[in-house]
Amino acid sequence: MSDFPIPVKPQSRLRIALDSDLFYTFRRSPVAMVSAAVVLVLMFSAIFAPLIAPTNPFNPASLNLMNGFTPPMTPNAFTGDSFLLGTDDQGRDVFSTILYGMRISLFVGVAAVFFAMVLGITLGLISGYVGGWTETIIMRTADVQLTFPSILVAMLIFGIAKGVTPVEYRDQMAIWVLILAIGLSDWVQFARVVRGATLVEKNKEYVQAARLIGRTPGAIMLRHILPNVLSPVLVIATISLALAIIAEATLSFLGVGAPPTQPSLGTLIRIGQGFLFSGEWWILLFPAITLLALALSVNLLGDWLRDALNPRLR
Amino acid sequence: MADPVLSIRDLSVEIPTRHGIVRPVDGVSYDIQAGEILGIVGESGAGKSMAGNAVIGLLNPPAHISKGEIWLNGQRIDHLKGDAMRRLRGKEIGMVFQDPLTSLNPLLRIGDQLTETMMTHLTISRAEAEKRAVAALEEVGIPGAAERVNSYPHEFSGGMRQRVVIALALCAEPSLVIADEPTTALDVSVQAQIIALLRRLCRDRGTAVMLITHDMGVIAEATDRVAVMYAGRLAELGSVRDVLTHPQHPYTHGLMASTPLASQGKRRLHQIPGAMPRLDAVPDGCAFNPRCPHATDKCRQAPLPRLSGGRAACWYPLVDEKVI
Amino acid sequence: MALVRVKNLSRVFDVSKPWLNRVIERRSKAFLTAVSEVDFEVEPRSTYALVGESGSGKSTIGKMLVGLLKPSSGTVEIEDIDLASETDAAKIDAIRSDIQMIFQDPYASLNPRWRVRDIIVEPVASRGGNTEGLAEKLLEQVGLSVQDAGKFPHEFSGGQRQRICIARALASEPNLIVCDEPTSALDVSVQAQVLNLMSDLKDDFGLTYVLISHDLTVVRHMADKIGVLYLGRLVEEASPNDLFETPKHPYTQMLLEAAPQMDGFGREVQPPEGEIPDPINPPSGCAFHPRCPIAQDVCKQQRPEMRSLNGTRVACHLAE
Repeated sequence: MSDFPIPVKPQSRLRIALDSDLFYTFRRSPVAMVSAAVVLVLMFSAIFAPLIAPTNPFNPASLNLMNGFTPPMTPNAFTGDSFLLGTDDQGRDVFSTILYGMRISLFVGVAAVFFAMVLGITLGLISGYVGGWTETIIMRTADVQLTFPSILVAMLIFGIAKGVTPVEYRDQMAIWVLILAIGLSDWVQFARVVRGATLVEKNKEYVQAARLIGRTPGAIMLRHILPNVLSPVLVIATISLALAIIAEATLSFLGVGAPPTQPSLGTLIRIGQGFLFSGEWWILLFPAITLLALALSVNLLGDWLRDALNPRLR
Repeated sequence: MADPVLSIRDLSVEIPTRHGIVRPVDGVSYDIQAGEILGIVGESGAGKSMAGNAVIGLLNPPAHISKGEIWLNGQRIDHLKGDAMRRLRGKEIGMVFQDPLTSLNPLLRIGDQLTETMMTHLTISRAEAEKRAVAALEEVGIPGAAERVNSYPHEFSGGMRQRVVIALALCAEPSLVIADEPTTALDVSVQAQIIALLRRLCRDRGTAVMLITHDMGVIAEATDRVAVMYAGRLAELGSVRDVLTHPQHPYTHGLMASTPLASQGKRRLHQIPGAMPRLDAVPDGCAFNPRCPHATDKCRQAPLPRLSGGRAACWYPLVDEKVI
Repeated sequence: MALVRVKNLSRVFDVSKPWLNRVIERRSKAFLTAVSEVDFEVEPRSTYALVGESGSGKSTIGKMLVGLLKPSSGTVEIEDIDLASETDAAKIDAIRSDIQMIFQDPYASLNPRWRVRDIIVEPVASRGGNTEGLAEKLLEQVGLSVQDAGKFPHEFSGGQRQRICIARALASEPNLIVCDEPTSALDVSVQAQVLNLMSDLKDDFGLTYVLISHDLTVVRHMADKIGVLYLGRLVEEASPNDLFETPKHPYTQMLLEAAPQMDGFGREVQPPEGEIPDPINPPSGCAFHPRCPIAQDVCKQQRPEMRSLNGTRVACHLAE
């Protein structure tokens, strides 16, 4: 009476992950592996910046103005100190400022994408599952927002939020305002994709089976549909992370983002470009290369993920 | 006997996967004569469509023919590539698939599709081709053919669309038609119409037809001979009446006995234990041995039984097992 | 005392284009009548089969039976309770656990991200019931092994998945299971396993089935009573023997004649005329009259009522 034995081995989630086609294609894609390595190294060094960085560039006590404008790998003419990537006008070690700047950039990027993701998934699930007027309102709002460049939307939100924050909190709140602005400008993609996937999933018979036994719409959306719409979300989240890091850098470069007391990569590039023509190229070049490497490898990783997951999103 | 239209000799198709090579078609041989309908029957994963795709050169890489020969009207075609294969496909082989929409260009009027096909493969003028297009639609039973040549595919119902596909498959006067589950998507009443149409065309024109289906009823009514496939191999090959009423292979027998029969009322259905093995786990020896009630050690070891002279690829063919 | 009582059941779908398109193209709203004035009763511990071709409304009726769709008019009463109009939440909940459904596609009816154990016990767990050992017990009852509880659906074949679906349907100890084409996605040899399992479970648990199918051989094998649907209307209802031996409605006769038969070698039948009409604009009178070989004027004008005739019910002016 029993069906043919498919080998019996209860599998753990880890085993399934290692055995999956996704991991297999990953191991066969050099681009994906290199990008993943770059991203991991950069993230690791950003998280452990206080341990890795030779100096804390934001502790005035550790700074020596005499070290200003030291070129990379060259002993300073006055103090004899040598810096891996040189120093800026105030004698801060560029290598350390990059590590600390990357912390801000990554934190803002990840938090903004997370915020956009939560907002987008919620609105996408609701509009896809509930339909009707709710859907019309949410998706038309999304369409309208898409007609403006997202950087403009972010600047607008940033401006408004800054305006309503009391002056004494402004610098403190700047990072959170930045996260809010980038996140709000980026939820639309998540909502659209999740809505599309929800429309497909909600007509599948396992959802009908759940409706049949009287589960509430909330439970069906969270327990049944959400786990099945996450793979496309993962792709978008990765690509959005690259965009969010660039958006943050753009805003900071334009001077409306991270405050000078907490410089991100974008702030460093803005500061650096002032010295480019006076010959101190390293102040600009190294933060720029870091930003490029970070954004590019996250983006490549996202591209690979999209291609790898695509055959199963048919 | 005359030379067969299609002759397949020891054909194997292989697909390399990361778990090793799988063989969806494994050492299959059969012939189809002119004017004959050969049914290929089997459950999902038996390799019946893959064999048809190999004949028309439509294997999706990395699947490829690894062994064997395919002869069409005395010409060897299994090594043909690109243009030569495409010319042959339109001219000598007509195709009818399960979903008629995939075989029709949605942007072209059906009359134009018929005329184009005929002018590519036959040396006739446009006026002649247009005349023949109307005739072809009339022949497959489309009412008002003279007006309907100007319609687009979406303006037809499912059954009518399948008729158009059949007209298209036959308009270049091929010697072989491969019909892959042509009636599966259709309702019972329309299915009967399409089967009757296929049979009539085959008889009138002497076209050889390879009819691939999972439906034993369709096989019984439409075909002259039947090939039963299991796990990529031929289990049994013979005249449809012999195979269905007195199956010699235990698999064919199990298949027939597990089909609910109108004449037998509410008896308990016979069950074949288990399911067809996955292609990456075909057992040694006869692929059916783990499910077979008569299996012995001989069946569990290589080499596998082959059809040689006999009807069934089995060491212990059943005798006098009447099913219907 | 019937377990299921369907009275005058109809369901209309709005298939209009969005209003802007309607305004620009000057079209009125379009309605599709999927089910039209259907009446039948299902006795406890019996199998009632609904057969019909595509567009016959059989799946729509199934969805209304289990409460996934609301009727446009008419009622569905199960154990004398109408889910669509009942307001007592306790009664609704009680009825819900008495009705279950088995779906056609075993690949889409199990949540791919859930383990088999969680899938099977969900109907009980969502009501806060005790699920200790339940999944394991049910898995054995449907012919799978206890270890299967920890696996995911993708590790199973189509037939095994359908067994899991059956186990889930049994979890809340229902009286009525609506089976929507339960074996049409399965191979013949696996279909036999599933049909036998369904018969066994019916006897063991005292179940009532409503079996929805297009496959006449399956229906004949399983059913105690068969209702034939055409274009959303019930045209004939009879016991399997009566229906297959002496079909009364011309449509039933046509359907039986057209169905391929395993022993029909080289059978030459006059294939049926025409195709199923567009349900948005159904023919007047009897919906079958354009294809009917014996249609007369009355068939074009008047829709035939369901009437009793030698123990069967048939909706035809001319049947005798």
